[in-house]
Amino acid sequence: MDAQACPVNQRFWTPGVVVLAFLMAAGAVAIVARFVGGIGYVSNLSNARPWGIWVGIDVASGVALAAGGFTTGFLAHIAGRHYYEPIVRPALLTAMLGYTFVVLGLIIDIGRSWAIWKPMIFHNTNSVLFEVAMCVMFYLNVLYLEFAPIVVERYKGRVRLPGLLAIFNGPAEALLSLADAVLPKIMWILIIAGVVLSCMHQSSLGSLMLIAPTKIHPLWYTPILPLLFLTSAIAVGYPMVVFETTIITSSLKRDGEMHILASLTRITIFLLGFYMVLKVGDMVVRGTYVYLLDGTAQTNSFLVELILGVIVPWVMLLCPAVRRSRRALFIACTMIVGGVLLNRINVFIVGFTSRLSDGSYFPSVSEILVTVGLISGLMFIYRVLVTYLPVLSGAHQEVSS
Amino acid sequence: MRLNRRGFFKVVGAAGVAVAGTGQNAGAWHSKAPKDPYGCLVDLTRCIGCRKCEEACNRVNRLPPPELPFDDPTVLDTRRRPTDKAYTVVNRYYTGKLDERSKLVPTFVKIQCMHCQDPACVSACIVGALTKKENGAVHYDVGKCIGCRYCMVACPFEIPAYEYYDPITPRVMKCTFCYERISKQGGLPGCAEICPVEALTFGKRSTLLEVARKRIKQDPARYLDHIYGEKELGGTSWMYISGEPFESVGFRPLPAEPIPRLTETIQHSLFSYLWSPALLFALLGGLMWSTHKKQNTSEKGGES
Ligand code: SF4
Ligand code: SF4
Ligand code: SF4
Repeated sequence: MDAQACPVNQRFWTPGVVVLAFLMAAGAVAIVARFVGGIGYVSNLSNARPWGIWVGIDVASGVALAAGGFTTGFLAHIAGRHYYEPIVRPALLTAMLGYTFVVLGLIIDIGRSWAIWKPMIFHNTNSVLFEVAMCVMFYLNVLYLEFAPIVVERYKGRVRLPGLLAIFNGPAEALLSLADAVLPKIMWILIIAGVVLSCMHQSSLGSLMLIAPTKIHPLWYTPILPLLFLTSAIAVGYPMVVFETTIITSSLKRDGEMHILASLTRITIFLLGFYMVLKVGDMVVRGTYVYLLDGTAQTNSFLVELILGVIVPWVMLLCPAVRRSRRALFIACTMIVGGVLLNRINVFIVGFTSRLSDGSYFPSVSEILVTVGLISGLMFIYRVLVTYLPVLSGAHQEVSS
Repeated sequence: MRLNRRGFFKVVGAAGVAVAGTGQNAGAWHSKAPKDPYGCLVDLTRCIGCRKCEEACNRVNRLPPPELPFDDPTVLDTRRRPTDKAYTVVNRYYTGKLDERSKLVPTFVKIQCMHCQDPACVSACIVGALTKKENGAVHYDVGKCIGCRYCMVACPFEIPAYEYYDPITPRVMKCTFCYERISKQGGLPGCAEICPVEALTFGKRSTLLEVARKRIKQDPARYLDHIYGEKELGGTSWMYISGEPFESVGFRPLPAEPIPRLTETIQHSLFSYLWSPALLFALLGGLMWSTHKKQNTSEKGGES
């Protein structure tokens, strides 16, 4: 490994971070309004459209785009490709924060937020949502434990809490030592469990909408929807890593890890290609291509998802020139990420119709503010954590003007 | 990362045994429908649109008073859906049918929860707050509900409504089939009890099917030969007979296949006894172990 992971030591309040803080504040206002006036007060949800962007984006897309955590973990630690080690920590941090915000999104979306623990007591094993909830809960804990050694590495033997909190120095130190003693021994279990739990709920998120055959557009309603969700999550894992690594390295002016990213995307050609074959094959087998040219908003959204989100970036990745160019690689990976995001939005929102009631839905401003606020919060905390913890690698900085 | 050999094989081995032990236990899907439930037959040729059932439902369920009184005829000018404040509503349809004086004849349709025999909402509910009772009612237990609204996503009849303006303790609201009332000997649902023209007939579902068939047979000019709810989605406790095509009075054609069948089959064939996660765990463990070993030996080989 050429560069050890280390904390970022740079000016924190850049203009970008200030914008994040503003968006977070706006989101916070909308969240307060939701808990004062109710879901109906801030959102455009209705009896016909019970799920909107809070489920479609915050939860479903959030889970899909956090797939970088388990896919890189698999690559570096299970398949033993230590070459990829430098991207494991950032991907792990994204996954940990991603799932944390998935749960926050759920707390805001469900009507009885305080009852969120009830599925632990009352089980309905027929319910896909029950399985998803259990997996997300366990996986979130797995992620925290997987991340803990990074905290240990930074603070063990160096706990200096400020002011009155200093009385907790001892207990905190003991906790870190305990973690340091136990975690390395069970880490392999956590890593495998993380992959298993991810495969379970990534696919089950696709099964979720199979309970509504009369409501989901046939372009998306297929019995292999769980398989499509799983394969697309696996396919989007590495492009998501490329996407965020590029953004972070260029905004923090760090080493781009270009060689690692380029070889990651070579794997993506296979993974995305597999998803593409499944998706197109499913369309051919079920004969749903008859809808493709009917010009409805749903069909157009499907075409964008398939062409701009899957086929074009896949062809781009085939060219070695694209994989060598930082900018072209970033564009291709952004398209893949956007394609999976659009797929989740399509399945949960665009493809959902309620024919008996008036089911038109477009998110309200406050609804969007909540979502944007949550995403900003995630990015803000990411920025805070990489400041204090050794997550990003590459001490040597790129030469910048 | 350090791998402890003994611990490793203990865990992976246990997973393997679990897999071997469970094998193909995920059997075929079975309907969980009660054998002899109650039901209600709605005869659309009899309904006169008086909305007395709406009023009775409002009273027996202690729902808030409506904006316009129940005898205000203008209410029927708009198509309505059940809401969190009204478990049942009557809509008026003009299908083009004319009477002797060439005036359009309205058809009135009461809608409420169908109390499906294999309800999608019950299968979907994350905590099992919704249950199909032996007497046919699909019952909601607010004490378990977390407000995820997956039941609303699942319901093919778009029935459950939500108290969206309650910030802390909103409830899912839908027709209860007057569960308490019909659990008592001789008890009738509020709506069926009040109906002045016997458009609503309460009774055992099997009896109601006979009644419906008899009516259709005795007056084939008056009825279409279709009992909506007999076969739809595996059957529903509430059923309809009509003189006008169902599609023209707000009903969708639906398959006979119960909705939960697909998801429950997927879930149980993949996850019963957690066999597939256990298998995946074992496979990944094996892979991890072998790459780890290979790298150890090659490292040693390199050093020597
Ligand atoms: S009509 Fe809807 S709410 Fe009623 S039992 Fe059927 S699925 Fe459930
Ligand atoms: S909203 Fe309540 S009743 Fe409906 S599925 Fe969720 S927990 Fe069950
Ligand atoms: S059965 Fe009871 S709850 Fe349902 S519509 Fe009739 S009166 Fe209302």
